[in-house]
Amino acid sequence: MSLGPGPSDVDLLTGGLPGGPVRFRRRRRFSGRSSIVAAVSTVVFFGLLAAAITGAPGWAQVQRAFLNPTFFWGSLPDVVGHFWVNVQLFLVAEVLILGLGLVLAVLRSLPGPVLFPIRLLATFYVDLFRAIPGVLVIYMLGFGIPGLGIAGIPVDPFLWAVVALTLLYSAYVSEVYRAGIESIHPSQEAAARSLGLTRAQALRFVVLPQAVRRVIPPLLNDFIGLQKDTVLVSFVGVVDIFRTAQIKQAATFNFSPYLAVALVFILMTFPLARVVDWLVARDRRRASAAAR
Amino acid sequence: MARLRIASFGLIALLAAACGPGAATTAPTTVPATAGATQGAVATAAPTPDACATANLKTVTAGVLTAGTDNPAFPPYFNLHESPYPSPWEDLGYTGDPTSGEGFESAMAYAVADQLGFSKDKVTWVVVPFATSFAPGPKAFDFNINQVSYTPERAQNVDLSDGYYSLKQAIVALKENAISKETTLAGLAKYKFGAQIGTTSFKAITDEIKATAEGAVYDTNDLAIAALTAKQIDAIVVDLPTADFITNVQIENGAATIVGQLAGAAGSDEHFSLVLPKDSPLTPCVNGALATLKAAGTLDELAKKWLPFQEAIPVLK
Repeated sequence: MSLGPGPSDVDLLTGGLPGGPVRFRRRRRFSGRSSIVAAVSTVVFFGLLAAAITGAPGWAQVQRAFLNPTFFWGSLPDVVGHFWVNVQLFLVAEVLILGLGLVLAVLRSLPGPVLFPIRLLATFYVDLFRAIPGVLVIYMLGFGIPGLGIAGIPVDPFLWAVVALTLLYSAYVSEVYRAGIESIHPSQEAAARSLGLTRAQALRFVVLPQAVRRVIPPLLNDFIGLQKDTVLVSFVGVVDIFRTAQIKQAATFNFSPYLAVALVFILMTFPLARVVDWLVARDRRRASAAAR
Repeated sequence: MARLRIASFGLIALLAAACGPGAATTAPTTVPATAGATQGAVATAAPTPDACATANLKTVTAGVLTAGTDNPAFPPYFNLHESPYPSPWEDLGYTGDPTSGEGFESAMAYAVADQLGFSKDKVTWVVVPFATSFAPGPKAFDFNINQVSYTPERAQNVDLSDGYYSLKQAIVALKENAISKETTLAGLAKYKFGAQIGTTSFKAITDEIKATAEGAVYDTNDLAIAALTAKQIDAIVVDLPTADFITNVQIENGAATIVGQLAGAAGSDEHFSLVLPKDSPLTPCVNGALATLKAAGTLDELAKKWLPFQEAIPVLK
């Protein structure tokens, strides 16, 4: 039951005028003038900003060093080629992180004094891996464990980077899940229990589905952060997108390859964020439609 | 209304595209090929005696010569000395003291300073991380000595003196690894190599060894050694003096060996140069000092004294 452009488009222009369907026609009449004002204001603002930047005395040198088309286009194929390492890393790690994070969150919510050691261990794990900087973890896991020389332990640095990222990020993600679980009103669990579900069943069929849906935006936030943190793998020798840009920069003393890296991440992150926004909006529409 | 909104956003896009990258495209800095490195990028005019007289030298701090090197400083370039070391250099049991005058580069720096008229107590040292020493920009040192090889790219950003040492790259591997038995260059191609970022050693992996597997890159040689002992890579590429130090001192129990040294690209002569700020007035004077030392045989003497092992290592062809 949609009334035209979504509320979010109009909010952007008109600053979110309140009012339901009755005031909608009046809001649409204002939006035409608002568009023009917004357009002019944007052009003026960015025009002034561009003039200020390009008029600066050091602009020519900075442009040569950071925005140099030759080095940018020259490094782009190599940079994109090595992006595959990071993609594999964050895809594999994300699956493990979502799983381990959920396990940790559930462990922390187990009730009763008998299970106190479990809660304690889970809490200790979460606090520990949120405290330790990622660089230390990757060095200890990437060089330390293979360096022990114990037969049977894999030495592949990529594998240990996956392990390091999983250990680090599942601590953060478990807190996100925990916030989601605790935000579900206790009446939901009470209602489930009164229907005869056990605590575990209530968690699995009533609380978790709602909780996870609620925390999808912050989970996406952590996923986007993870994509950048895959740089950790370069500390243990694997040549990934960041290291490729650094190699090119060390050879030419030009920073434009980093711009190529930024472009790759922008091209990946913008659509990803829009897709997830759409998924969440669709989910809300379905939930509110079901409620009618 | 929707059409008006679309039109106005189209207007913004058009204007943004017009005034965006409309600035004149700058001429790209050309990166010349490295084939056949020439000795010293700067045309060394014969220094007039006045310009190089000690009193006339425009050093960073008047009356004092400021030398730079990295921290930690390693033997055999900077040898161990009794503690305490001048901060921030530290005695870690295997690291050197630049101010001692012992070690190939420490001795070389004081020899050049002496030629320029600065006695040992008139030389101060500052820490300069390796990769920043030849990056563009102003410098806090008069010259930097840190196993910096001459390359044309580096010479565009800083002044590189004439060479004070011709070097070769060498391959370090664990004795138990099959690569330590290789005797030909072609036999090396199938192994996995590691090197420090930004070094000519790293370039040798692709240019000379032509390894099929991509080389692993590390921030420092220490990390490459950690990877070697963890068996994540088969061998490290470093310059020969460093290779000697690694196999004799840094890796314990004699577990590592030098597989061989590389001949270097045909016609090239890789050499260490002192790094000076771009267009430094000291460059012709430093080159003059090096020429004097070379003629007197001091360069060879220092090399023989501090880096005595070169002839014994086989050259891999």
